[in-house]
Amino acid sequence: MGIERHLNDTVHVTSLEWFVNWSRKSSMWPLGFGLACCALEMIATFVSRYDLARFGMEVARPSPRHADLMIVSGTTSKKMIPAVVRIYEQMTEPKWVIAMGACACTGGIYKNYAVVQGIDRHLPVDVYIPGCPPRPEALLDGILQLHAKVMKEQSIRNPKISRVKVTQE
Amino acid sequence: MNQEAIRDKLISTFGPEAVQVAVMFRDQLSVTVAKDKVRDICRFLRDDPDMAFNFLSFVAAVDRYPETPRFEVVYQLQSLKHNHRFRIKAMVEEPEEGLPTVDSVVEIWPSADWDERETAEMFGMQFKDHPDPRKLFLPEYWTVHPLRKDFPLEGTEQDTPDLPRRPKSKETSE
Repeated sequence: MGIERHLNDTVHVTSLEWFVNWSRKSSMWPLGFGLACCALEMIATFVSRYDLARFGMEVARPSPRHADLMIVSGTTSKKMIPAVVRIYEQMTEPKWVIAMGACACTGGIYKNYAVVQGIDRHLPVDVYIPGCPPRPEALLDGILQLHAKVMKEQSIRNPKISRVKVTQE
Repeated sequence: MNQEAIRDKLISTFGPEAVQVAVMFRDQLSVTVAKDKVRDICRFLRDDPDMAFNFLSFVAAVDRYPETPRFEVVYQLQSLKHNHRFRIKAMVEEPEEGLPTVDSVVEIWPSADWDERETAEMFGMQFKDHPDPRKLFLPEYWTVHPLRKDFPLEGTEQDTPDLPRRPKSKETSE
């Protein structure tokens, strides 16, 4: 790292892609919405005991236009899924999805006609967090896993395009 | 007024054929009344000063499949004035075609509105003269009745899809 030493270590040299990924993961704003009991654990993660602000994520955006991350926290009923998909479609690229809890991952205990059997039937999920509900530590671990995933993305050479899965005929 | 006295007053007012069965179980009396008398009996129970059932706790239904008559509609009443409760039921036969029908009691107790809408969509029942017969919980495009005993618990892709089916032409034009 010759040039850094020449300038007395006042600058740092890295690739543009690393820098873009680093800035994305360092201020990833979640969408402020909750669907069921997992939302309470998500709220607990936001408050000072667990303090999501340590990871630049304390700004829960009420508008999907400002949000980068959708935390699907809880049971998604079939009556609700059109609204969830609509909100996801309104989020701007790049965007990520965390399926929080057993219900969002697989439908959980609700193996019946009224509940979507896993949010990944409709949305491209990046990180699955099992648990019923997961503790805030588990959510934080999932978020850190997502951060690690973001750091590996080819954000310049091969930017990802997120699409809703079309399951209709 | 105790439950036996209410039953006797119903019999003396509407005749013995209106009150079909009265079952006492764990100090609670369930009175089965004739289906076409439901509205008259409900209005009487609300307006009579000795009864004064001014609060309808709920309207619900039971599917007795494969017995006949298949459905029973349950009305749980409470009087806030006298602090007594009463339950009436009506047996509803499933017709050869179409949905079983029973009179709506919304005009007597407005709180029956949502209860009857839920019962209607879940059991496939029609409440005659209901002022707002839309679905309450289920998606508009579903045509099945999930609380019927012959309904599969997990539903099917055709009957209970996650999302409404979009027309094919719209999908290809994008």
